[in-house]
Amino acid sequence: MATIVQFENVGLRYGSGTETLSDISFSLQSGAFYFLTGASGAGKTSLLRLMYLAQRPSRGIIRLFGEDAVVLPRDRLPGFRRRIGVVFQDFRLVPHLSAWDNIALPLHVAGMPVAEINEAVREMLAWVGLADRAEARPATLSGGEQQRVAIARAVIARPELLVADEPTGNVDPEMADRLIHLFGSLGKLGTTVVVATHDLHLLTRLPQAQMMRLDRGRLHDPTGLLRFPTAAA
Amino acid sequence: MSENRTARVLDEARGLRAMVWVMAIMLFLTVLAAALGLGTASAGRLLDRQLAGRLTVQLVGGDARASDAAAGAVLARLRRMPQVTRAVAVPRADLVRLLRPWLGEAAEDGELPVPAMIDVDLRDADDASVARVAGQVRAASPLARVDRHQSWMSPVSGLMRTLTWLAAALVALLALATAIVVVLTARAGLEAHRGTIEVMHMLGSTDVQVARLFQRRIVRDAAMGGLVGTAAAMGMTALVGGQVSRLGSELLGGILLAPLDWALLAALPFLFMGVATLAARWTVTRALRHNL
Ligand SMILES: Nc1ncnc2c1ncn2[C@@H]1O[C@H](COP(=O)(O)OP(=O)(O)O)[C@@H](O)[C@H]1O
Ligand SMILES: [Mg+2]
Repeated sequence: MATIVQFENVGLRYGSGTETLSDISFSLQSGAFYFLTGASGAGKTSLLRLMYLAQRPSRGIIRLFGEDAVVLPRDRLPGFRRRIGVVFQDFRLVPHLSAWDNIALPLHVAGMPVAEINEAVREMLAWVGLADRAEARPATLSGGEQQRVAIARAVIARPELLVADEPTGNVDPEMADRLIHLFGSLGKLGTTVVVATHDLHLLTRLPQAQMMRLDRGRLHDPTGLLRFPTAAA
Repeated sequence: MSENRTARVLDEARGLRAMVWVMAIMLFLTVLAAALGLGTASAGRLLDRQLAGRLTVQLVGGDARASDAAAGAVLARLRRMPQVTRAVAVPRADLVRLLRPWLGEAAEDGELPVPAMIDVDLRDADDASVARVAGQVRAASPLARVDRHQSWMSPVSGLMRTLTWLAAALVALLALATAIVVVLTARAGLEAHRGTIEVMHMLGSTDVQVARLFQRRIVRDAAMGGLVGTAAAMGMTALVGGQVSRLGSELLGGILLAPLDWALLAALPFLFMGVATLAARWTVTRALRHNL
């Protein structure tokens, strides 16, 4: 299995306070599923932001897809970001666009022909159970529906790495279950999935998932599988 | 991204709507200034062309009979010269009529020393051939004085040139002002759409792709306003042109625009759209460089 993400002694400090993240070291394998847990404020969102290149670390080494992501020049970021799907904690849907157009955005950005985009979006809407809300604006969708649009947008371009920040926070337990199994099925396509959640119930739903636990900015690795360098290496 | 979807990403950019009006006003002023510049330039050219090859020979002094005789000799000499295309004596009656407002009845008095005058058109307007003709005229009669029209009309030509340069400067300043308006509008748009831009970046949009969103939007608004302003100004120009041509003045008639001038005016909104595109692209890509 190839290493998709590798953190080595990563630290993150916002402004001049104490470090929000300290000495983070782990590696993620392609096609595997990871839960990132921890109390609110533990640093889950911060860690994910480092992973999807929305934030540069204050120190340490981050390798993505085998390349140094810390010194990556600006003009190479879009290429990396197109290989990463992100479900933002606050969804970040474009408010003026319909559900359909929001989901289509990554494919437009990648320059896919419109006919192929339409096919993919139709399939994706059905997959998240929103076929009948295609033309709805985000403001007219419920929280759970917005979350599913955000998930559809994150996975439509078949990213190699999917990062989801509390992606089941706004849906009922039944839908949460369904979504987690959808995420789980992405592994079969080779997608590495990282889901941040503080919903302990979810953790029991996917037996193949590995755990990462953040506690006040430090990473605990209950299974020992994430240790860097990896046990196999 | 497809055209229509792209435009809608920034759909609620109300700040951008003001562009339509600003551009309408800018292009209205620009096209008027350009029309003035093109008109004065063409009038100046016409004036130069007409005056450059034209001389007036006056035969001053002596009595009427003597100056008439001298005029006859000069005329005969002029008509033999190959570089002269036309030489005609101005009829004394015409001169008298011209002078009457100043001299009253005295102008008709045969005793008054009204000079004889000859209008001369030359094939070539260069100084050398003018000097050659003037030399021969003076040799034909010591009474002859040669005037180049250019020398007394040159203040008018100078005015035309000044007006042309002024108009060119106005067009340049308006283009600059337009670029500044676009920069400010693009900055306001960047601020208003900070969230959307961040999302687009996270989805893998390049700076150029994001800039294109603004560019298309700004240029579309600029085009709409620009075409309205241009149409209004061209209508105004045509109206003024119609009034000028009804005056029937030879001097003012030169100010009328040729088809090429009209084509240049019609091209102005496209030039300004180009300026707007570059200004929008420059502003957005420059601002985005500071993002991650
Ligand atoms: N942009 C930021 N600027 C300053 N502090 C931040 C910023 N983002 C997060 N923090 C702080 O970092 C800590 C971790 O936050 P976060 O990563 O959002 O944790 P979690 O997602 O686990 O709730 C919190 O104390 C939070 O206040
Ligand atoms: Mg969080």
